[in-house]
Amino acid sequence: MGRHLFHEAGRRAVAAGAVLTAGVALAACSASGPSQGTGTTGQGATAVTAWGLTGGSQATFQYSQQAWDGAHPGQAISFLYYSNDAYKQKVRVAIGAGSAPTVFENWGGGQLDDYVTSGKVAPLAPAVAAAARQQYFPSVLNTAAFNGKLYGIPVNGTQPVLLYYNKDLFAKAGARPPRTWDDLLALVGKFKSAGITPITLGGGDQWPELMYLEYLADRIGGPSVFSNIAAGKPDAWSDPAIIRAAAMIQQLVKAGAFETGYDFVSYDAGESSALLYTGRSAMQLMGSWDFASIAAADPAFIAGNKLGWTTFPTVPGGTGNPADIVGNPANYFSVTTGAPGGAQKAAQDYLNNEVTSAGYVKNLLQNGNVPPVKGLTAQLSSQPHPDWLLFQYNLVKNAPSYQLSWDQALSDSAASALLTSLGQLFTDQITPQQFAAAMNQAGH
Amino acid sequence: MSAHPTAVRAAPRAAATAPAPRRRHDGAYRLMVVPALVLFGLFALLPMVIVVVLSFTRWDGLTTPAWAGTANWAHLFTDPVTRHSIWLTVQVVVLSWLIQTPISLLLGVYLAGKQRYRALLAVIFFIPLLLSSVAIALAFRYLLDPNFGLTQSWHTAPLSWLNHDWLGDQTLVLYTLIFIIAWQFIPFHTLLYQAGTRQIPASMYEAARIDGASGAQQFWQITLPQLRNTMVTSTTLIIVGSLTYFDLVFILTGGGPGYATRLLPLDMYITGFQDHQFGQASAIATLLVIIGMLVSLGLVRFSGFSKMRSEMEGA
Repeated sequence: MGRHLFHEAGRRAVAAGAVLTAGVALAACSASGPSQGTGTTGQGATAVTAWGLTGGSQATFQYSQQAWDGAHPGQAISFLYYSNDAYKQKVRVAIGAGSAPTVFENWGGGQLDDYVTSGKVAPLAPAVAAAARQQYFPSVLNTAAFNGKLYGIPVNGTQPVLLYYNKDLFAKAGARPPRTWDDLLALVGKFKSAGITPITLGGGDQWPELMYLEYLADRIGGPSVFSNIAAGKPDAWSDPAIIRAAAMIQQLVKAGAFETGYDFVSYDAGESSALLYTGRSAMQLMGSWDFASIAAADPAFIAGNKLGWTTFPTVPGGTGNPADIVGNPANYFSVTTGAPGGAQKAAQDYLNNEVTSAGYVKNLLQNGNVPPVKGLTAQLSSQPHPDWLLFQYNLVKNAPSYQLSWDQALSDSAASALLTSLGQLFTDQITPQQFAAAMNQAGH
Repeated sequence: MSAHPTAVRAAPRAAATAPAPRRRHDGAYRLMVVPALVLFGLFALLPMVIVVVLSFTRWDGLTTPAWAGTANWAHLFTDPVTRHSIWLTVQVVVLSWLIQTPISLLLGVYLAGKQRYRALLAVIFFIPLLLSSVAIALAFRYLLDPNFGLTQSWHTAPLSWLNHDWLGDQTLVLYTLIFIIAWQFIPFHTLLYQAGTRQIPASMYEAARIDGASGAQQFWQITLPQLRNTMVTSTTLIIVGSLTYFDLVFILTGGGPGYATRLLPLDMYITGFQDHQFGQASAIATLLVIIGMLVSLGLVRFSGFSKMRSEMEGA
């Protein structure tokens, strides 16, 4: 779920550990909350606590904490970092039990909306909201805006979903990156007959399958298809665009696009990307975080300029704008309402003066992120891999719609039903109509 | 042997009929039981009661729980996902018992003997016992990976029958799971049977040999009946254990592909901690508790285990 920042083989192991201790954690959270901070809480000052994720933007958070604490000893912030899977549940339990941190990292969307609706998260102070609207792309801020108010400020790089391809394999096959759905189907046949898996898919994690549905639905029917679903309109899942997208997914599966065991292979464990960079699979649809993952797993593949990327193909007859994108607009910092007034004020000040500062943005850039900040083209050009960074940046800048991953945008129960039903769709256990019916029943 | 349990069982009855002389003893007993009772009440009974109460509410973990009447319980038996989970769990319980019991029994009896290399083999058999479920799950994940795992060496003739998508195939994955669970737990039950077998007095076998009983006859007429209590213990552990089995499944498949390995405990976890429907999850948890208790009670009652009848000579 929050996986987009941080991937390693043992992640599920960590999650299991968290599960085993979940009962204990529940009790511990409500009793004491976090017990130790990494920062210096100023003498007699209001304690501001913040929770973030390990990996990802942790380095930038640490930088910003040092910068902030040095300049504002009376409003010092102490950060605690958690790994991905355990994190989401920990936040939920802590906020529910009234022992939430003052500031916490989140993905916006339906889950943040849950906290907003139950009065657990405060809107950004007017000054902070004004600064945010000036600095960030509106398509990215939308994900943390509810009822016309902003509830979170982007704190890391933006992560659109792209179609990656292995340049060597494409050159050998004399193929060009697909521009339309028909191109993609033709490539599937071409690679298949050459004994290469056309597309690698981490279906074992379920969420990679969702990217196909998100893009196809948008290409076919535009962003209103999903906004109707998110708004809870009756039978919104039976939209012809969803039915057609689901049928196209099954068409792709039947054409043999995916690798053996695609419904088991994991992206999180690095298995699906390994097929791409070891030259056994030609393409993968994945978020922009995959670039860093591949660079870590096989630096020579990146250095040798063998990784290609392009936008998701267009669909003939579709009414969606081909410039629309899906993915993770950003992660956000939000302020909880449970904290004392002084701490909330300090947190808002931190967001206003530190997170939006030029130094913070520069630090994100140095760590290889593409912050969704206006006017960064020149700065991005001077970073390593400028073509890669600028491709993402322009994609986000020019996107009329930037749809948050549906599993984040929907409520948790609907998201979980969606992922499982989608798994059944990908393995041909249910028809597109049955899929839509199951989802209409699951809610939004 | 048989005298002790009888005495213990008799004690309350004696206390009821003649309370006066026993009082001082009872006070001491009660005092000594207090710490255990407090811990048990606080960490076992109280949470269980709360879960039962929660099972009649709708609660997302954020807002105040709202009464839902019996809605969660009705949903429990109408929801196709949960019903499928119950069916999967029944399969795992039954198949685990059918596979683990005979293998553990034979291995345990064999290891109780004095054959050559027995100790060496025992070490090998017991290795899975030393590994954590997480390690086992990760190891099998990599071994059975359809693209990078052992399957790569299974394409050719002598082993090609092994070349299946063991964890990705909807119909195979449950049996793969049951196999791995058996691989993990057979050593433990083997240990139980080994210990049980070693308790059988050698004199019984001597007598049988004098009467001309064959090895097979000795096994069926002496070893097996004498292991009766061990078998009840092992069966209870297998059944209750497979009812609540979670960690290995969570790491290995996460309940997938689709709903193919979403056992009841996993369904409970996903419903509670991923879907944030704690009321519904509590209903599943309560169901698990009820089934587990009924099964254990049933086993104890029908096997005569509660009478603690000793199978020792002369009993």
